[in-house]
This record gives sequence, C-alpha cells and structure tokens, in this order.
Amino acid sequence: MQVNEKFVPTIVAFCCNWCSYAGADLSGTNRLQYPANVKIIRVPCSCRVNPMFILRAFQRGADGIIICGCHPGDCHYTTGNYYARRRMTMLFSMLDFLGIERKRTRLEWVSAAEGAKFAATMNSFVEEITSLGPNRRLEDLRCKK
Amino acid sequence: MQEVMKKRAIELLTSGEVARVIGWTAGEFAYDATPAIFETAEEIEKDFVYDDFTAANVSKYLLRVKTLEGKTLVFLKPCDTYSLNQLTAEKRIDREKVYVIGVGCEGKADVEKIKARGISGIVGIEADGDNYTVKTVYGDETVAKADVMADRCITCKSKKLASYDEIIGEDGEEIANCGRFDLVEKLEQMTSEERFEFWQGELSRCIRCNACRNVCPACTCEQCVFDNPKSGIAQKAAADSFEEKMFHIIRAYHVAGRCTDCGECSRVCPEHIPLHLLNRKFIKDMDELYGEYQAGDNEDVKHPLISFTFDDAEPSIVRERGAE
Amino acid sequence: MQRIGVFVCHCGTNIAATVDVKAVAEALGREPSVVLSAEYQYMCSESGQNLIKDAIREHGLTGIVVCSCSPRMHEATFRKTATAAGLNPYMVEIANIREQCSWIHKNIEEATEKAIILGRAAIAKVLLNAPLTAGESPVVKRALVIGGGIAGIQTALDIAEAGYEVDIVEKNPTIGGKMTQIDKTFPTLDCAACILTPKMVDCAQHEKIKIYSYSEVEAVSGFVGNFSVKIKRKARYVDETKCTGCGLCTEKCPVKKVPNEFNMGMDNRRAVYIPFAQAVPKIATIDADHCNMLKNGKCGVCAKVCSVGAIDYKQKDTIIEEKYGAIVVATGFNPIKVDKYDEYAYSQSKDVITSLEFERLTNAAGPTSGTLLRPSDGKHPHTIVFIQCVGSRCTPEKGKTYCSKICCMYTAKHAMLTREKYPDTDVYVFYIDVRTPGKNFDEFYRRAVEDYGVHYIKGAVGKVVPRADGTLDVQGSDLIMNEQIHIKADLVVLAAAIEPDKSARPLATMLTASMDTNDFFTEAHAKLRPVESPTAGIFLSGTCQGPKDIPETVSQASACAVKVVGLLAKDKLTCNPCVAHSDELMCNGCGQCANVCPYGAISYSDKEFRMPDRTTKMRRVAYVNPAVCQGCGACTVTCPSGAMDLYGFSNEQIMAEVDAICK
Repeated sequence: MQVNEKFVPTIVAFCCNWCSYAGADLSGTNRLQYPANVKIIRVPCSCRVNPMFILRAFQRGADGIIICGCHPGDCHYTTGNYYARRRMTMLFSMLDFLGIERKRTRLEWVSAAEGAKFAATMNSFVEEITSLGPNRRLEDLRCKK
Repeated sequence: MQEVMKKRAIELLTSGEVARVIGWTAGEFAYDATPAIFETAEEIEKDFVYDDFTAANVSKYLLRVKTLEGKTLVFLKPCDTYSLNQLTAEKRIDREKVYVIGVGCEGKADVEKIKARGISGIVGIEADGDNYTVKTVYGDETVAKADVMADRCITCKSKKLASYDEIIGEDGEEIANCGRFDLVEKLEQMTSEERFEFWQGELSRCIRCNACRNVCPACTCEQCVFDNPKSGIAQKAAADSFEEKMFHIIRAYHVAGRCTDCGECSRVCPEHIPLHLLNRKFIKDMDELYGEYQAGDNEDVKHPLISFTFDDAEPSIVRERGAE
Repeated sequence: MQRIGVFVCHCGTNIAATVDVKAVAEALGREPSVVLSAEYQYMCSESGQNLIKDAIREHGLTGIVVCSCSPRMHEATFRKTATAAGLNPYMVEIANIREQCSWIHKNIEEATEKAIILGRAAIAKVLLNAPLTAGESPVVKRALVIGGGIAGIQTALDIAEAGYEVDIVEKNPTIGGKMTQIDKTFPTLDCAACILTPKMVDCAQHEKIKIYSYSEVEAVSGFVGNFSVKIKRKARYVDETKCTGCGLCTEKCPVKKVPNEFNMGMDNRRAVYIPFAQAVPKIATIDADHCNMLKNGKCGVCAKVCSVGAIDYKQKDTIIEEKYGAIVVATGFNPIKVDKYDEYAYSQSKDVITSLEFERLTNAAGPTSGTLLRPSDGKHPHTIVFIQCVGSRCTPEKGKTYCSKICCMYTAKHAMLTREKYPDTDVYVFYIDVRTPGKNFDEFYRRAVEDYGVHYIKGAVGKVVPRADGTLDVQGSDLIMNEQIHIKADLVVLAAAIEPDKSARPLATMLTASMDTNDFFTEAHAKLRPVESPTAGIFLSGTCQGPKDIPETVSQASACAVKVVGLLAKDKLTCNPCVAHSDELMCNGCGQCANVCPYGAISYSDKEFRMPDRTTKMRRVAYVNPAVCQGCGACTVTCPSGAMDLYGFSNEQIMAEVDAICK
C-alpha cells in the first residue's frame, strides 16, 4: 500500500434474509448512502453465520466483519438470533483474547423497516475500521500478493 | 495403589464381569506411561502401571472399545470422570457398558519440572507426604510436591469423582477458588498488542502434529472438519501464521461448552503451547455471561452455546470491558 | 465443465445511471466458466426473460447469474424463467446491484467496481450450486383438535364446514370447556350457555366431526401433513354406544358427597355423573376414585337401574391410533390457585371466593340456583369487594408477570350484574389499572361506574381479615385519595390470574412445539403468523397461546381453522428444498444439532456402516426431515464436524462468496 493513498477497508456484512437484508434493500430504496466497500452476503438467518466464515474473510484480507440479524424476539425462525448472539459474543471475545482488534467485529440487529439504521450502522462501521487501519493480525500473507 | 488397582482389575476380569481393562502401561521411560487396553490377567500383572507419572486421561479410549462385546473396566481420575460424563451425554459411549473405578487423585508430577531441577536418569517416583521421592539411576532424590506438580493439578478444579461404579482411594471435593483462570485474567489485563504478541509467539511454534486433537476427549468427530476437503477450511501443516490461529480458534470453539478443562491438550503439546488457556477463556466467558457451567458435571448435553435466554448480553460487551 | 451465463440488467436508468453495465458485463464475461455475458434494459420484462431463456437453450447454460435488483424482488421470477428453459430453478443466483449498489452510491467508478465484485461473488456461488428438487409429501385430509372448549369447538366447526374431517379430543367427559361455567358474557351480557350449547350440539351432530371425550393425547409422531397420534380413551365404565343420558343412575347412586367440579366444589355430585344438563356427549361417567363398586366391589346400583345395560365395570383404558394432516392445540386455561395469597384469606374464609366461583353463584344451574348467597351462611351479601390482579402483573416469585387480560371486563360485568339484580348491595372494585381495549368494552365499564354506581378504587388491598361477626375487614389503600381505607364486606371476590392448562407442557414436548416461560405456546411470528406454531402443521387456538377473552378466542379459532383448511386443501406439500442435511459418514450423533432446531426436524438413529476393512460398524447419526426443516441453518454451526450443511447456503458456497468479495 502506498503511504499517501487513502486506506479503503474491505468490509463483509452477513445479513439475514428476512430482516437485515431487507433493511439493506430499504436503505437502497430510500437512497441512503453508505460506502461501496461494504459488501453484503445473504444468509437465511444470523444463526447460519459460522465462525469459520468470519476467520476466512479475515484470512482473505477483510478488514472488518459485521453480522446483521433480526432483533431479538423477531427472528423469522424464532430463536436463530439468540444462538447467533451467544456464538458471536464468544467468538468476538476469543478474537479479542488473541489480540485481534475488537473493533473489527460487530453484530447489529437491523429490522426490515430500519433502512436508515442499516446505512448509519455501515457508515459508522466503515469509519471505525478506516481509522483502525488494515487488518494485519489475522490476514494470510499468501492471499495478498 | 497400583497393586490394589491391579488386584481389582484381575478380579473383575477373571470373574467375567468385564471383558477388558483400560489403564496405563509403562513407556520407554518411567515417566511416559501410556494408555493401554488389557485383555488378560497376565498382561495386567506384567504391564499395568499407576503412579504419579500416569497422567493421561484414558476416557477417550472407551471409543475404541465401544462396539466390542462385554463391559469395559476403566480407571479414571476425578478430572477424567467429567470427560466420561460428557462422552455419555453425547452418546459417544454407552455408560451401561462401562465399569468405572474412580481413582482418588492428589495431583500428578510434571517430569519437565523435575528435569529442570537437574534430576536425570529417572526410573520411578513415589509420593511421600508433601514430597516425592524420585528414583534415579544415581540414587533417590527428594523434591517438594508443590515444586514439581503439573500446572493443571496446581489449579485443579475438582478432586471429586463425577461418575463411578466404585472407588479406590479417597473421593475429594470440588475446589471453589482453584485459581485456574488467573492466567487468563492476566492476559485479559494486557493490551491488545501484547496479547497478540503473546499468542503469536506461542502459536507460531505449532507444528500441527494434531496431538491436542488426538488426545482431546471432546474431539471425537468421525472426521475432523480440518480433514474434510468439503468444509472449505481443510488444512494440514500450517503454512502461515493465520492457519495456526484458525486451527486453534476453531478447535477451541468446537469444544466450547463441551470441554471439561482436563488440560490434556497442553500436556501433550510437544511445543508446550498453553492451549488450555483458549479453552479456559471460553469457559470463563460462559461462566461470567451465562452462569456457571461445568461440562461433564452430569450426563446432560445442553451447554451454554446450544442454549439462550431472552436477555443475554450483546456481543458489544466484548468492546466494553478490559483493556483495548 | 460448467457453463455460466451472466445477465446484467439496466433497470432503465435505475442501475445504468450509476453502474457502467457494459463494463460489468464485459468484466464478468472474462470470469472462468462464464460462456456468455449479456446486458439488457429490463431483464424482468418478457423480452428480457426471453433473452435469458434463449441463451440457456442456445448455450446449454448450467447456471445463470442475474445482476439486477434484490433477490427479494425477482429471484422467484428468474427461477421460473430458468425452469421454463429447462434449467433447474436453483441454478440461479442474483447479484443485487440495485438496492445494494446503484441506489446507494453516486460515484460511477466505485459503483461499477462493486457491481463487478458482487457479480463475481454470485458466479462463485452459482458454480457450487446443486440442482435441487422441491420434495413432496402427502397430506392426510383430517385434522385433530386437542381441547374441546370454545376455541376447539369453533376451530372444529369451521374445519368441518369447509368439508374436512376433524376429531376433537377432550379430557373431560363433556366438551364445552370453561365457557360452560360462565353465566353471562361481556360486553353484550348474552347468556353463555345460550350461545355455547348450540355450538356443542352442532359439533356432536356434524357428520365430519368425531368427539373423543374423556380422552387424552398419549403420543405424537410424524410431521406436517402426516401425523400419527395415539389417543387414550379413559375408561368411563359406561358404554357410550348404549347410554342414553337419561340420568337415572346419577340420581340413584348412593355416593353423594363427591365435590362437583362443575360448580367449583361448592356443591356435590354422585360417583356416577353427567357434568351438567347440556353436556355433549350426554353420557354418564363413573368416577373410579369414588365408586364403591370399582373400589371394593360392593354396590352395583347404577347397573341395576340402567334400563339399557350401559354400565360396564370391567371397561379398560384403550389406545387408538389415528392419522392427521394437521393438529390444533386448544388446551385452554385455568385460574391459578389462590390459597397461597394469605393476605386475601381465601383459605380462611368461605366468603372469599374466586371470580369463577362467583360465576357459579350467579348461574341458574349453579349451587344456589342463581341467587347470590354467601357460601358461609347462605345469606344475601350487602357489601361485595372485588380485588383485581390477584396473581397477575406480579413479580415471578409472587405470581404471573403478565396481565390476564379478561379480569377487568368480567369484574365490571359481575359488578354491574350485582347492582342490577340487587340494588341494595354496595360494590367496590380495587384495581391497579382498568384495561378495557376492545369493541364496546370501555363503554361497558363506564356504564358500570356511571349508571350502576360501582365504586372503583385505584389501589391495592393489603389484607382481608375475617371478623367474628362473619364479615370481612378489607384493608386497602386508595391511591387517588391517598388514604388507607377499611371496608366491612360480606363477600370478597378475587380476580385470579389465568394460566395455561397443566396438560400443555407435556403436550408441547410431544408436538415439539415451543412454549414461552409461562407455558403459553409460542406462535410462528408474533405479528404475522399468530395462529401457527413454529413447528409446521401445529396450529394454535385460544388461550393456550396467551390470555384472551371469548370474542378474541373465537376469532383466533376461526383464523386457525382457515390455516388448517389451507393445509388440508393441498393434496401434497411442496417442501422448501433449501434445507439442512447431514452427511452420515461424518456425523457423530452427538445430539447438539437437535437441541438448537426450533422445529424438531432432527432425529437420530443407529445405522450400520461398512468400514474400509470390510467390517460393519453401528453408529448413531442425525437425520433431517426435509418436510419439517425450514432452513435456518442453526444446526450447521452447532455441528463441529461440518457434517450438517444447508442446501442453497452451504459452507462452501458462503466461503466462495467471502473469497470473491475479499479478493
């Protein structure tokens, strides 16, 4: 990376199909902007997000990872986000324990009606990761040649 | 102790109550006794050993004899009985087909600590009150137990047998303030940078020998996800610092809630990586956030990661506590 | 070798204004396995779809990626397009370059680059897609309703009227439930029996309805469309086919002191009994706990007096097994036991009663033939105090945390009716809040206060003390006047909280239907699917789902019937093919996945496996029932070995997307 070049982080957002992905669609419908470096992966439910996906993304050079799901109590599958909440709490804590900057991981509840919240969340997350700089501690150096 | 155990094993074997016995046999040296399966009284008479070096948790060997005819006698230390319960809970073994003799335990000696005191040519060990008498080819040496006890035994969480059919020795108690989380806490107090350096230093020594995986009583998958090309994360020897971390994070995550904290992973690691700290971090977090939970306490499979309450902490709690 | 086609949509200027669609099509055309990359103004239009269809046929495409609007918009459209051209509909992936790209970015360069990356991710995913076929399972065209109260009756009648067979299982000797014990109903003051008993009779006479009274569900297996249910028909020692309900046995039975549950134990019935005159089925039942003949073989009076020989002391419990396509839970509620509230002196004084007991005291078929008399001395009460929220809106240690919902209205009803019939009686109501949402509800309550002069006191009762003169000293606080008050009452009526029937919890386990912490059944979605359980094929009717009054119960019961009919009307159920599946060769049978499945779709069985050394080995492995699985994926993350995976969102597919995005 050039010293003068502005750092543009790669952000992966896992969004559940029923609430957060629809919330992301709504922020599009309302033309609410957030940076283009956020790329969304659609999953049926936040409980589908395997810790392996998150590590894989970091390995391949993602700088920040955010998981979005239905608000607790609103899960399309009733209980999925409750499991996701525990799993991600544990995983984030472990990554923090290993010295991975804790700001790189985030979980947010975004409903299908919260287009504005989705855009605002993405904006704040991108800002946070940009100020944090590139992910050096958990990338696989072989992947970025 | 060894003789009592031998006698009882032979009794049960000859009476036909059990078809085989899982215990320990002498290794190349006096201090590397290894788990073994005995089928005859002669074998037991000749090879069965038990002393302050027989530290291995043999509960996982029950998987090998699972489909064989007849009952299996297994000698388990208190910490091993938790593994037994967990394996029973996960239907990996049939408790009905196992005869457990719980063996009271006062902790095991760590041969590395003995060697570090300049003692060599070790041929045996005997407990003697607060001391060990280490027998060597050069004569007997006396060392204080406290000085050479294995770390995991110093912070032993429970000397209580969680499951048994009979007991040899004395059943103990759970130990409330065992201090097993002290090191985890110390790491938590460090800065993120320091923690990263610490783990980078530790994990970069990993040679992916898979000893931790092979010994772990919670790692009982038919095929490990790391050996499954379809999983997308299959790997052999780590080629990059990422892969070391990936393997150990995922392994710790997969046993989270199921790990009984027996400490075998660290004991067998040829690179002396304190792998148990990863497991303990999960245990500590789960205890703090979801209430005290000890895997293998009973035969119930439901652990904190497959349960929830409506008002669990949000993952943002990670951001809110301790040093950055 | 896969042959992928990419179709980039302009969406008029919606996409094309900020995304250089030509550049996207070109870039994606260079991706490995892509044999065709086209762009068009409106892909979803007929000509756009034809373009896709022609390309599939012409180029022999094995998968397509459409870069367009959100898959929530047109995924179904393009899947149909693919099917029409002979391509499996699940070989279609959508790259969302409108809602999640062109509409949120202004910089063309950035938006184009992002669109290309999203396209690449979709290509990476489609390369790992597998053709999926939606499975089908047959539907048994019969429904089971568990519980024969007003909820169960209404659901059963509506299903039967739509032309489907329906069985009602009721644990009591008669259907009718709690409503049979109620005197009048708010807010119209219809007599409950007058509006309920015709429906009970309709049930009995309907050719499509079968009533299993005095029966309980013993075991449930199977899944949506195809449940198998074991029903225990408890021995009632009376041949149902012979008994005419004449009631002679119930008059001659010498055991006279059995507390009558229909009148809340305020009078007695015989050991052989018909719960009440309008019971359906009107068949006598012998109470084995009290019958002398069954207890010690000495009596036999009922058999002697029965002219049709219906009495059968040798009858045994029998189990029958039936198949159903849908199961409706209508297990209802009970008032909680109030003896633990010492402050209200319920167990110390006969004149402290519950509201349901009050109903019986005012009912013409009740123990006092409808004249309101004190249980202790049979005198007219002149001062009555009603206490609201007894056990409702409490701390969990003290009672129920929720509002029981019906008490405000029935207390207003009781107060109003008392004032109307006995104008010389003073009526006080202690309340925390008066909650009267509902059509004509608040008007009703205001009439009680304004027209009938009921004294409503905002505040709690601290203590009820029975006095030597037979009155009750009610000590409470009036929060509005800010004073402590004492009322000398003749009768105190407690509005006890309601709770789900005790049979609900074991039933939920049998049905693998979820419940909340209060043992109310949870609905599939609190707002949008309120009458379905998350477990497919299980429906909820009435108070088993939460506290409800009669109008609400009946509307929910009918809504529930429509959902059941909607299911039974289908000959076959098409299952969502994007479901979990377990690789038996890797599964350990550890049992974790079933613990997180909200649908009870996962079961375990021992299976024999051939080992490489030609031996066989028995192993416990998981099986996912595709008809029940809804595809959330909770199990896939719980599985340590990765044996559990999800069609349509497999581990490999998601990781391929991750790779494409992070490249």
